[in-house]
Amino acid sequence: MKAPDFAYARPTVLSEVFDLLDGDGDVRLLAGGQSLVPSLNMRLSAPSLLVDINRLPGLSGIEARDGVVRIGALTRHGEIARSALIAERLPLLAMAAPHIAHAAIRNRGTFGGSIALADPAAEWPACCLALGATMVVASRAGERRVAAGDFFTGLFATALRRGEVLVAIEIASPPAGSVAHFSELARRRGDYAIVGLAAQVARAEDGAMDPRLAFFGVGDRPVLAEATRRVIAGGGGIADAQATLGRDLAPTGDAECAGATKLHLARVLLGRAMAALRTRGDA
Amino acid sequence: MSEPALSFLDRPNSYIGRSVPRPNARRLVQGRGAYVDDLRLPRMAHVAFLRSPRAHARIVRIDTAAAKAAPGVVAVVTGEDLAGICKPWVAVLSHFKGLRSPPQHPLAIGWLRWAGEPFCAVVAASRAEAEDAVALIDAELEPLPVAVDMEAALAPGATVIHPELGDNLAFERTLDVGDVDAAFRTAAAVVEQTFHVGRHTGVTLEPRALVAEWNPGEEKLTIHHSFQAPHMMQDIVCKHLGLPEASVRVVCGDVGGSFGIKVHIYPDEMATVALAKLLARPVKFVADRLESFVSDIHARDHRVKGRMAVDAAGAILGIEIDDLTGIGPYSVYPRTSAVEANQVVNLVGGPYRHANYRARARVVFQNKTPMCQYRAVGHPIAVMVTEGLVDLAAAAIGMDPAELRRRNVIADDAHPSTAASGIRFEKLSHQRSLEKLLAMMDYDALRREQAALRARGIHRGIGLAAFIEITNPSAAFYGVGGARISSQDGCTLRLNPQGGVVAAIGVTEQGQGTEAVIAQVVATAVGVPLSDVRVVTGDTDATPYGGGTWACRAAGIGGEAAWQSGKALRRNILEAAAVMLQTNAASLDVRDGSIVDADSGAERMKLSEFGRVAYFRPDTLPAGLAPELVVTRHYVPKDYPFAFTNGVQASYVEVDTDTGFVTLIKHWCVEDCGTVINPQLVDEQIRGGIVQGIGAALFEECRYDGQGQMLNGNMADYLVPMAAEMPDIDVAHVVTPTASSEIGAKGAGEAGTAGAPAAVINAINDALRPLGARVDSQPAGPQAILRALGKV
Ligand SMILES: Cc1cc2nc3c(=O)[nH]c(=O)nc-3n(C[C@H](O)[C@H](O)[C@H](O)COP(=O)(O)OP(=O)(O)OC[C@H]3O[C@@H](n4cnc5c(N)ncnc54)[C@H](O)[C@@H]3O)c2cc1C
Repeated sequence: MKAPDFAYARPTVLSEVFDLLDGDGDVRLLAGGQSLVPSLNMRLSAPSLLVDINRLPGLSGIEARDGVVRIGALTRHGEIARSALIAERLPLLAMAAPHIAHAAIRNRGTFGGSIALADPAAEWPACCLALGATMVVASRAGERRVAAGDFFTGLFATALRRGEVLVAIEIASPPAGSVAHFSELARRRGDYAIVGLAAQVARAEDGAMDPRLAFFGVGDRPVLAEATRRVIAGGGGIADAQATLGRDLAPTGDAECAGATKLHLARVLLGRAMAALRTRGDA
Repeated sequence: MSEPALSFLDRPNSYIGRSVPRPNARRLVQGRGAYVDDLRLPRMAHVAFLRSPRAHARIVRIDTAAAKAAPGVVAVVTGEDLAGICKPWVAVLSHFKGLRSPPQHPLAIGWLRWAGEPFCAVVAASRAEAEDAVALIDAELEPLPVAVDMEAALAPGATVIHPELGDNLAFERTLDVGDVDAAFRTAAAVVEQTFHVGRHTGVTLEPRALVAEWNPGEEKLTIHHSFQAPHMMQDIVCKHLGLPEASVRVVCGDVGGSFGIKVHIYPDEMATVALAKLLARPVKFVADRLESFVSDIHARDHRVKGRMAVDAAGAILGIEIDDLTGIGPYSVYPRTSAVEANQVVNLVGGPYRHANYRARARVVFQNKTPMCQYRAVGHPIAVMVTEGLVDLAAAAIGMDPAELRRRNVIADDAHPSTAASGIRFEKLSHQRSLEKLLAMMDYDALRREQAALRARGIHRGIGLAAFIEITNPSAAFYGVGGARISSQDGCTLRLNPQGGVVAAIGVTEQGQGTEAVIAQVVATAVGVPLSDVRVVTGDTDATPYGGGTWACRAAGIGGEAAWQSGKALRRNILEAAAVMLQTNAASLDVRDGSIVDADSGAERMKLSEFGRVAYFRPDTLPAGLAPELVVTRHYVPKDYPFAFTNGVQASYVEVDTDTGFVTLIKHWCVEDCGTVINPQLVDEQIRGGIVQGIGAALFEECRYDGQGQMLNGNMADYLVPMAAEMPDIDVAHVVTPTASSEIGAKGAGEAGTAGAPAAVINAINDALRPLGARVDSQPAGPQAILRALGKV
C-alpha cells in the first residue's frame, strides 16, 4: 500500500520542532522511520504532518560524563553496536544490539525512536529498565527527566506528553563487579523476541547476586521481575526463582504463543541466565 | 545426411553439464531488470481494489459516489460493471470426474466468500489516490455464517457456501488396489497416524503485477504480466473478453519469482485487463504485500489419516490414506484445485513396492483464500504421510529406518514399473540414491554421535525421506481434461549474419535459470560460443507456442525442443556450407562459431563469413541453394504421461527440549533428474526447494481465526525461512536420463520441496522418540513441540 498524503517538515532547531508540535492535527516525529514508515505504508496511521528530526544538531552520539553515559536519541542502533565506549561501560547494550532487526535497519533505526515507540517486545526499552536509565525529555518549557521505570506506561505508550521530544538517555555505569546478561528467543534472527531477558546483575564478593531482570515480550511493556530479584538476592536457587517468576509476569498470549508458554520460556531463560552467571568467572 | 556421431556430451564445445554463468545474472544484479512495475506508459492509470473485510457476506448496497468524486479518480467499478466485458469462468476439468465449482467473476457480484475477495475497483492517476478513494466506497454488507474449518465444512448443518451445489464437497476421489484388508489382517505391525500440513503460500520477491493496455486503433490488447504461462493467459483473455487471438499479446519480461503462484487466473488481474479495455488506457496493478497474502493462491492445508501394514521382515504390505483438504470458496481457474489432493492419492507410497493401497481424497469449499498449485503440488504431503508411516513402522518392529527403506524401495533394475496407485515409472534409481545418501552423510557415524549426545541430555534426530517427483508432464496433466494448457513447446532459432543465434522459446524464466539452460543447449547443438546465443522468452507475439514454465518442464521439454531445433539449424548450415566449400556436409561440423573439418577440426569458414554470404551475397551462391537459416522444432513427451524423478533427503536436527526450538544442523539430498545441464543451477534449485520445504515444516503458515480472518498476513508475522536458520545443504546426483528425449533431462525444481518437510519432521520425531513425544502437524513451532513434550 501507499501512505496517505501528509505534510513534511525538516526543522534544524528544537524550538521549531516545538512550534510544529503545537500545530493542529496529528503531528508525528520522524526519526529512523523504521517503525513509522511501515505503519504509514500499511495505512495503520495517517498523521497530517511528519516532523523529521534527523537534521537537528546535538541529538546524536554517545558520550561519557560524570559517571553517566549519555546516548543521544538519534543515535542509530548500529552505532551502539559498534561503540567501544558502550562495550566497555554498558556491555548489556552491546549484547542486545545484534538481536535488533537486520543490519540495514540497525543503520537507520534510532535508540530514541525505539524507546519512544515502546514496543513491548523491543530490546532497548528492557535494557533501559534493567540499567535504571533516565530519559531526558525536552519541550518548550525546558527539560525534564523520567526514570525508565516510570517511562513505559503501556502498550506502545510512554510518559511522553504532547509537545515533548525525547532528546537523550542517560545511563549510570553499573558498579564494579556488576555483570550483564542478555538472551532472547526469536523464531528467526532479527525478529522481535517471543520472550527476552535483559539483566544487569550486581554481585557481591561472596557471590551473592542482586539482579535487575527486565523481561520483554511478556506483556504490554517490559517488566522488571522484582519478586524474583528478592528471592535471588536472598540466596534462593534456580527452582525458587523460576517458581517466583509467576508472581512477576502474567504474559498475554498472541497468535503464535500462548501466555503460559511465554511464562515457561521466561522461566527457561531465567534458569539459564542464573546457571551462566554462576559459572562466569568475570565478576 | 548423416549426423556426426557425437553425443551432446562429447561435442567439442559442449556446454551441457557445465556450470556456466546465467546470461541474465549480471543485468539483474546490476538492477537493470525490467519488471512490470518498472513500466511507465503514456496515460497509464493505477488500480486498487476494495476487498471483502469478511469471510462470508451478502452485498446489500454499494455507494461509490464519494469515491468517484475523489481527486485523481478515473473510474470506480463494481462486479456488475465488468460483467459485460469479461465473462465468468468455471474451474473444472473433465478428468477430475465430479469436480464442481460455481462461476467466478473478476469482481464478486452479490456475495463475498473470502476475506480478501475483490468486489470494487478504483482506477486513478496514482496508486495512492486509488487507495484513498477505495476507503471512500460505502459498502453495506450483511454478514453470513462462515464455513472455515475443513472438517466442519462437511458436517451436517454446516453453512453451504454455494447453496446451488447443495453441500461443500467439491471433489472426491477413491482408489482401492489389491486386497488392503487382507494385508492389514496379516501384518506383523500396523501403524497409524494423522498428519496435518498447514496452509501456506509462495511469497515471491516480486508480487503479482500486470499492466494491460487496449489500443482501439489496432484493436489490440497488450498485457505485460509477471506470469509463468503467457500463451495460456492469452488464450483465456481471448475467451473471456471475446477477442480473437490476433488481438491479444501477453509479454512476460523479467519475473521476480513464481513458485507456481503466477500460473493461475486471478480475479483482480482479469479485472485489470477488463478495465483497460473499458477505459481504453493502460492500467497497472501491482499487488502489495498485504493483499498478496489474502489473494495469492494458498497451498496445502491437508489433514491425512494414514495407516501402514508391515510384516516382521519390514516389507510394506499395504497403505491406506484418507485425505481432506480445504480449497477456499472456488476451484482456481484453469488448472482447478483438485490437483493437489489427486496428486496425494497418486504419490503416497510412491518409492515403495507395496501392492495393496486404498485411498480417499475429499476436497471441500471453505471461506478462506482460494487454494491451488504451488511448488511441488501434493508431493510434500504424500512424502510426509509415507515417510512418517515408514518411520513409525520401523520403530514398531525395531528396525533401523534406513534399513526398512532399503528393503522396500523399488529396485533400480525393476523398471519400467507401475506403482500401486497406477503411476508409471520409466527408470528410477532409489537404491543407488539411498546408498549414496547414507554414505554421504556417514549414517552409521551419525547414529553413534546421536547416541553419545543423547547420553549427555542433547537430543538430536536423524530424518530420512525418499521421494518421487512428477516432471515433464504430457497432455495427460491438463490437456486431456479439456484445459487449453500447452504441454508441447517449440523453439525457433535464427542464425544472424555475424554468426550469432537468436533462440525464441515457449518456456519462460522467473529466476530459475531457464534462459541459461536453453542457451547452453542451443550453443551446444548449433556449435557456437555461449555468448553468441540470445534467448527470447515470454512474448506471445515473438515465441513459438508453448506452455511456459511449471511442473518442472522448462529444461526437460523446452531443452529438448531447443536441442532438436539446434541440430536442424546446424544441418541446414552444413548443407549450404558444403556447397560453398565444395565438399559434403557429413565431413563438416560447426564448432565454436566456425565451420570446421569434422575429422581434423581445422577451420574451413567462420560462421560470420557464412552469414555474410548467405544474407548479403546470396547472388554468389549456386542457383537453387537457398539456405534456411531459421528453424523451428517442437517437443512433447508422448511415451509416458510424466517423467518421474526420484531422490532421497536427510535432515539432522537438535531439539532444545526446554524451549522447543529446533536447530537445523545439516541437510543432505541425493537426486536423480537425469541429464544435468547446468550443475550449479540444479544444485541451487534443490537448495532453494529444500529451504521452501523447511519453511513449510517449521515456519510458514497462513493462520486463520474462526471467522475466516487471516491473522498473520504480513511479512513480520508470516515467517518465511531466512538464511540464518538454514543448515548447510549438501547435494549430490545420480544420473538416469529419460529415454523419452534425446537430451534426457527431467525436472529438478520441485524435488527439494517435495522431500524436505518429511525429512525435518522425521528428524524432530527421531529426537523426541526417547521422550515419548512426537509432532505430526506442520509447521512444528516451539509451542507445538513443548506441548508434545507436556511442558506447557
Ligand atoms: C523488519 C524490521 C524488524 C525489526 N525488528 C526489531 C527488533 O527485533 N527489535 C526492535 O527493537 N526493533 C525492531 N524493529 C524496529 C526498529 O528497531 C525501529 O528502528 C525502532 O523501533 C524505531 O526507531 P526509529 O528511529 O526507526 O523510529 P521511527 O520509526 O522514526 O519512529 C517511531 C515512533 O517513535 C516516535 N519518535 C521517534 N523519535 C522520537 C523522539 N526522539 N522523541 C519522541 N518520539 C519519537 C515517532 O514519532 C514514531 O511514533 C524492526 C523494524 C523492522 C522494519
